Amino acid sequence: MVPLGAFAGLCHDGGGPPPCPLPARERDIAGRGERHHSDGQGEATPLAVYIHWPFCASKCPYCDFNSHVRASVDQGAWRRALLAELDHYAEETAGRTVSSVFFGGGTPSLMAAATAAAVLERVAQHWRLAGDLEVTLEANPGSVEAARFADFRAVGVTRVSLGVQALDPEALAFLGRRHSLDEALAALALARQHFPRFSFDLIYARPGQSVAAWRRELDRALALAGDHLSLYQLTIEPGTAFATAYARGDFAMPEDDLSGELFELTQERLAAAGLPAYEISNHARPGAESRHNLVYWRYGDYLGIGPGAHGRLTAGARKIATRQLRAPETWLAAVEAEGHGTAERIAIAPAERLREMLMMGLRLAEGVPRARFRRECGADPEALLDAGSLARLVEGGFLRLDAEGLGATAAGRQRLNAVLAALL
Amino acid sequence: MTDLRHIRNFAIIAHIDHGKSTLADRLIQACGGLAEREMREQVLDNMEIERERGITIKAQTVRLTYRAKNGETYELNLMDTPGHVDFTYEVSRSLAACEGSLLVVDASQGVEAQTLANVYQAIEANHEIVPVLNKIDLPAAEPERVKEQIEEVIGLDASHAVMISAKTGLGIDAVLEALVERLPPPQGDREAPLKALLVDSWYDQYLGVVILVRVKDGVLRPGMKVRLMATGAVHPVERTGVFTPKGVPIDELGPGEVGFITAGIKTVADCRVGDTITEDRRPAAAPLPGFKPVQSVVFCGLFPTDAADYERLRDSLAKLRLNDASFEYEPETSAALGFGFRCGFLGLLHLEIIQERLEREFDLDLITTAPSVVYKIHLTNGEVMALHNPADMPDPVRIDHIEEPWIKATILVPDAYLGPVLTLCQERRGIQKDLTYAGSRAMVVYRLPLNEVVFDFYDRLKSLSRGYASFDYQMDGYAEGDLVLMNILVNSEPVDALAVIVHRSAAEKRGRALCERLKELIPRQLFAIAIQAAIGGRIIARETVKPFRKDVLAKCYGGDVTRKRKLLEKQKEGRKRMRQFGKVEIPQSAFLAALKMGDS
Repeated sequence: MVPLGAFAGLCHDGGGPPPCPLPARERDIAGRGERHHSDGQGEATPLAVYIHWPFCASKCPYCDFNSHVRASVDQGAWRRALLAELDHYAEETAGRTVSSVFFGGGTPSLMAAATAAAVLERVAQHWRLAGDLEVTLEANPGSVEAARFADFRAVGVTRVSLGVQALDPEALAFLGRRHSLDEALAALALARQHFPRFSFDLIYARPGQSVAAWRRELDRALALAGDHLSLYQLTIEPGTAFATAYARGDFAMPEDDLSGELFELTQERLAAAGLPAYEISNHARPGAESRHNLVYWRYGDYLGIGPGAHGRLTAGARKIATRQLRAPETWLAAVEAEGHGTAERIAIAPAERLREMLMMGLRLAEGVPRARFRRECGADPEALLDAGSLARLVEGGFLRLDAEGLGATAAGRQRLNAVLAALL
Repeated sequence: MTDLRHIRNFAIIAHIDHGKSTLADRLIQACGGLAEREMREQVLDNMEIERERGITIKAQTVRLTYRAKNGETYELNLMDTPGHVDFTYEVSRSLAACEGSLLVVDASQGVEAQTLANVYQAIEANHEIVPVLNKIDLPAAEPERVKEQIEEVIGLDASHAVMISAKTGLGIDAVLEALVERLPPPQGDREAPLKALLVDSWYDQYLGVVILVRVKDGVLRPGMKVRLMATGAVHPVERTGVFTPKGVPIDELGPGEVGFITAGIKTVADCRVGDTITEDRRPAAAPLPGFKPVQSVVFCGLFPTDAADYERLRDSLAKLRLNDASFEYEPETSAALGFGFRCGFLGLLHLEIIQERLEREFDLDLITTAPSVVYKIHLTNGEVMALHNPADMPDPVRIDHIEEPWIKATILVPDAYLGPVLTLCQERRGIQKDLTYAGSRAMVVYRLPLNEVVFDFYDRLKSLSRGYASFDYQMDGYAEGDLVLMNILVNSEPVDALAVIVHRSAAEKRGRALCERLKELIPRQLFAIAIQAAIGGRIIARETVKPFRKDVLAKCYGGDVTRKRKLLEKQKEGRKRMRQFGKVEIPQSAFLAALKMGDS
C-alpha cells in the first residue's frame, strides 16, 4: 500500500568532501540559507538513478518502507532483474547524463558488492556519467556490513549513509536496531576511512527525550559527523509496529511545543557548527549536500529501479510518474517475464505537478526559482497561486517571494504542512 | 348516529409514564375495538418518536362501543391529547371536544407538574374529572397519600378515585362505568346550522388531509360543501368516518360525535386547529370560541452539516409541514454554517421533535443554532419589531428598549433537591411566586424570562434534581429587560451563528464559556487565533489559540511524493468545509461542536 520510497528505510544521507568540485550551479545554492540558485531556462536536467534493494535482516518498528525479511535471496536473479529494468528504461532516457546513483532499501549494504558493481557498469553503458558522479549506499552500522565497506568503495561507491539512529543504547533498543552503540561508532570510523563522503541518520523527538538529553546527543553527533547529517523527528507511520504500540498507549509522543523546541534547538546547534539545514531534516557543510536527494527536492528527473521504486521522467512537455510493483517476488517474476516490473505509468496533471514541485522545493532552504516554475508549470508563481493566500503567507513571515523565486522561510519550513495547505 | 344521551366524550390526562397509553389500550381491548392479534403496545401513538418518547404529538380519537351494567349501549369517544406544554393550545382544543377527563396518576409517583397544567386546562374547559390511580399493584403504591395530594394540590375530591392497574387490567370495568355514570352527555342541536370543531389534521398519503372533528350542532355528511371559517376555504366532504381505532366510514356525524372527514384538502396548513367547520350553504352565525392562529415561541437555525444536503433539507421541511402546520421556516444564510433555514416552533420540545423527525425520517444530519425567543424591539421612532434572529438586531442607537417574553413555571421537586432548584431559578433571573408542600414534595411557582429557559434550563434542572424534578410552564406576557446582543469574534470578525441575545448580567459568563469552548475546538494553525466575546465594541471575554510551533513531515523523498501529495489533496478536500476568518480558516466542525455543546 505504501509506495516505497525511492529513498528508503533505514537510512539517511551522508557527506564528505566531494571528490570533484561541484558544478557552479550546485555550489551556488548549497547551504547558504535563503538564496536561490538560478537554473536557467536551458538547464540540461541530469538524471538520477535510484536502485531499491528491498531486503532487511529485521524490520524496525518505526519503518514503513518497502522492506522485507527473507531467509535467503538469490543474488544472481536479483542482479539480472535490476539490470533488466535499467535496460528497459535506457531507451526513453537515451542521451541523458547521470549525475547520481543511490542504492536504497531495505538494507542495500546486504547486497553483494558485485551486484552494485554490475549495476554501475550497466549505468555507465547506457548513459553519460557526470564528472562528479555521486554513488551513495545506505548501510546499517553493523559489524558485518562495515567489514564490506572496502569492497563497496572498490566498485565505485563514493558515499555512505549510515542508519545509526541514536547514540544511546536504550534508544537503540527502543528503535529495534540490531547494532550496538559500539558497533555504530566502529562503523562510523570505517566509513570515514573508506569513503570520500559519509553521513549518518539520527531519530529524535523520541518518547521521553528531554531537550537537555537531545542537546548532549547532538553534541556527540557533531563530534562524530563528517560534512552531512540527517536528523529526523520520530514519526508514527500507519501500519508499523509503533503505530500499534502507540495506539495501545505503550508510549506518548512529545507535544507540539516540545517537538518544536527540539526542532529549533537542532537548527541552531547545526547552523552554529557549520552544518546548516539545507532541507527540513538534512544538514551539510555548504557543498556537501546529497546531490541525489537534491534532484528529488528540485523536482528533477529520476529513474526508480527495483520493487516499489518511484520515478519522475520529463517527456516533452509532460512529466511521467512511474511506479514499480511493490512485492519483491511479484516484481522479480514480472521482470523475468517482461523485462520490467512497472505497475503504473501516468502523466501528472498540471495541478498535481505544481503541488509536487512545491511540496518538494519548499523543503529546501534555497526555495523554488522562477525558472523552475516556468519549466514545470509554464508560468511564474504569481500566475499559478492564489494571490490572497500568497500575500497572507508572505506577510506572516512564512514565505518569501522575490525576483529569484518563491521560498519558505525558516519559520515556514518548520510549519510546511500548514503552509502548503494554506497555499494550495 | 347515536342519541346524545348515549355518547360520552372524554380525554385522559396523565404525566409521561403514568400509564395513559396503556390505559387507552386496555379500554380499546375491553370494548372489542381490536382483536387480540391486532393489539400492539400503545396503539394510539403512531409515530416512532411518539412511541419512543412516550408522548403524544398528534391528537387521535377512538370510538368505543360499551354495553354498560345498566344494559344500555354507549358510544365512548376517547380523545388522546398531545401531552406537553408546547402543545397547550392543541390540548385546549382537544379538551374543548370533550365533556370530561380521566385524571390518571401513578399511585407511587403522585402528581407531576405536567399533570397539573393539563388538569387546570380541563377544569377551565368545565370538564367533569374522574381521578384514576394507576399501578396500585406495585409494592411502592401509596394510594391514600396520592389521594390526599390530589385533594391538596389540585383541589379535587379524590374519595371516589378509581383504583386500577392498566398493566394487569385490574379496575378497567370500573373506569368504563365511571365514564358512563359520572360524565355528562354532550349537548347539541341536530337541526341547527353545522358547527364542528377542527381538533387536528394530518396528511395521509392515500386519503390526503384527514381532519379530526367534533360536531357541536348540525350534521356532517359526504357530498356536503363545508366552509373553514378562519380561512373561508370551501371544500366538498368526501368521506365521514370514525376510528375504532381503525378508520371506518359511516354515513354521517351528528351532534356530540367525534370522527374524521376528508375533503380533498392538499395541505394541513389550510386546516387550522380550533377552526370551525360549517356548511357553506347554511353557515353558522358565529364560529366556536377559542380559535387562535399558531404562534411560534422559539426559533432557531437549522443547517445541514453537509452543505450538499441543503436541497434535501428543504424538501424534507416541506414534506414535514404537510403534516405539521405548527412550525414555520424560511431560508437563512450564515457565513459560518452556510445555507439553512430559520425555523419557528411552539416550544423547545416541539423544536426537538421536528429536528429528530428530520434526522430520522429523512436521514439528515443537522446542526441547530442556539434557540432564540421572540423579542419586542421598541425603536426610538416608536415602531415595534418582533425579533427572533440575533442577526437581525438593529443598531443599538435605534433601540429605545427591548421587551422579552416571560413564563410562569411550575416545578415539583422532592424536598431534598429544593435548594439547588431555587438557586437555579434565582440565577436565571426568576421571581418566586409561590412555594407550597404536598407531603415531601415541594411545588414552586416562578416567573422566569423564557430566554433563560431555552438555554440549558431543562438539563440543569434534571441533573441537579437527579431527574426527580418535573417542570411545566405557560407564557406569561412580556416585560422590559436589559438585553444585549453578544457577538463571538474570531480574529475580530463576528461569527453570525454564535451571536446570542442575553441579559447583560449573564453576558460575561456565557461569553467566557463560549470562548473557552471554541479554544478547545479550533485546531492550531499558522497564525494565532483570537476568540472574543463582545457587546458592541466592548470585549468581555478573550481566549487565544496558539499557532503551530512545528508542523512538517520529517521525511519526503522521491518515493514519497505521490503519497504525500495525495494526503495534501485529501486535506484540501477537507478544507472545503473551512470558513475563512481574516487570515485563518476555521473548520465548520468547530462551530458545530460549539453549538452542540451548548445543548448540554
